[in-house]
Amino acid sequence: MHTRHHSNRWLPRLLLSPAVISLFIWMVVPLALTLYFSSIYYNLMQPDESGFAGWMNYEFFVTNPSFFDAVINTLVLLASTVIITVGLGLAIALLINEAFPGRGLVRLLLISPFFVMPTVNALLWKHMMMNPIYGVLAQLWTFFGLTPINWLQDLPLFSIIIMVSWQWLPFACLILMTSLQSMDHEQLEAAEMDGANALQKLRYMYLPHLARPISVIIMIEVIFLLSIFAEIFTTTGGGPGTDSTNLAFLIFTEALLNFDVGVASAGAVFAIILANIVAIFLVRLIGKNLEK
Amino acid sequence: MGARKKNLSLSLIVRTLTAWTVALLLLFPLIFMLITAFKTELQAIAVPSVWAFEPTLENFAAVNERSDYATFAWNSVVTSVLSTLIGMAIAAPAAYSMAFSPTPRTNGLLLWMLSTKFMPAVGALLPIYVIFQQLGMLDTTAALTIIFTLMNLPIMVWMLFTYFKDIPHEILEAARMDGASVWDEFRFVLLPLGMGGLASTGLLCLVLAWNEAFWALNLTAADAGTLATMIVSYSSPEGLFWAKLSAASLMAIAPIVVIGWFSQKQLVQGLTFGAVK
Repeated sequence: MHTRHHSNRWLPRLLLSPAVISLFIWMVVPLALTLYFSSIYYNLMQPDESGFAGWMNYEFFVTNPSFFDAVINTLVLLASTVIITVGLGLAIALLINEAFPGRGLVRLLLISPFFVMPTVNALLWKHMMMNPIYGVLAQLWTFFGLTPINWLQDLPLFSIIIMVSWQWLPFACLILMTSLQSMDHEQLEAAEMDGANALQKLRYMYLPHLARPISVIIMIEVIFLLSIFAEIFTTTGGGPGTDSTNLAFLIFTEALLNFDVGVASAGAVFAIILANIVAIFLVRLIGKNLEK
Repeated sequence: MGARKKNLSLSLIVRTLTAWTVALLLLFPLIFMLITAFKTELQAIAVPSVWAFEPTLENFAAVNERSDYATFAWNSVVTSVLSTLIGMAIAAPAAYSMAFSPTPRTNGLLLWMLSTKFMPAVGALLPIYVIFQQLGMLDTTAALTIIFTLMNLPIMVWMLFTYFKDIPHEILEAARMDGASVWDEFRFVLLPLGMGGLASTGLLCLVLAWNEAFWALNLTAADAGTLATMIVSYSSPEGLFWAKLSAASLMAIAPIVVIGWFSQKQLVQGLTFGAVK
């Protein structure tokens, strides 16, 4: 139909090619090099060691006791943040769905943390909120007669989850809010007339309508949360021990702290595999909602 | 009837109060940072927190002096603006082509582009690091610009595609009937009609590049560091530094938060690829 107008069929392809080619290179070159590095001995501190390593790097990375912790931490961080942001985001979105004085301003204030860069977010929470002596949370705990928590020492992963959730809650909230605006009010009123209670309305009216935006939120958050780095780098440094080390941070420590490019690359291959497993799982789970 | 009205106004008051409380609680860390930036270092760590004090600007001056704020800010501006512009120049023609000359493979191509976002950055770090090292491009704004462009390209193509798809084909066909060339079509029909979409795509990519920290931390040092990396140097646990940290943070996030405020509505549509209206 449209090709009839474009007598020259090469033009659309020509316009498409810079994007396709650059993305292809962006995907294939690092992938190929990562695979290659992972199969050789390549340590920046030991330049005389070289040659084919077989599965040695993989074995080394997997048998590292931190590996298992890192995979678990990555998944816990991802799942908790998604649950917290979607759950709280839905609650807040429902709360401000109907008009009240200052609604526009509240909306504007709510979205602000999303625009704060991860390093600022992390340091703000690390020092001013979570410092066990001077921090705001410590003051709050003392006010209620409780012993202040040493957040980054005692609850490192949970602290990171708080920071990341604070950043992504506004995003989930704003999308759900926008989506709620397009709901059919007459249908809701009809349901109310028929005596539907709040829970029934949530179950049979809101949630089906929100299935698609929730899928979008989960997809975008997964893309960004699988490789959380800056928050860990600037606060806990992965510790204490490996308590807050995720896969991204573990690979970083292998590569740029231990200078072992081979082992780090093997780790990177695992990170890619994990991302793909999550992606396939995700597409299965929410693919239907997105196709609508 | 009267009872119901009373009920309604009561629920309105409750809702208003709850909503404002929630909003202010979520915003509290930022408010606290904003206030701390104008305190002296001693006031900043006072327990209990000081709320009434004489504001000082000394922290901003100190930050400027200590960390060469202008260089970091300039690097942030250069990398985010250039990567956005270059990305648009590559993404807009591609989106145009897919929206107006779709082939059976278009959907697959779009999904493939998005799938490149599933490749974790850390999986590409070492090769990219080694390549830039070999090319002598470590710690340059050029390297960072290239990475930011490629990083945001799939999102740009997707967003622009969803915007272009909503433009009625008839308009383009009418222009073609009148003998408009492809360039005319792009310039006089598509650009004006797709302006909203182009603007929000650009703004979103600007925000993402400005706030990017993984590549910025790993590929830059003293010369090409962005504001996201400057902040990290304020993490040192020695001495009194909260007020300066707050001032530096404020200087780093203010421009992009303001841009975000102005474009929040378009950003939602854009980031959800038009799936949420």
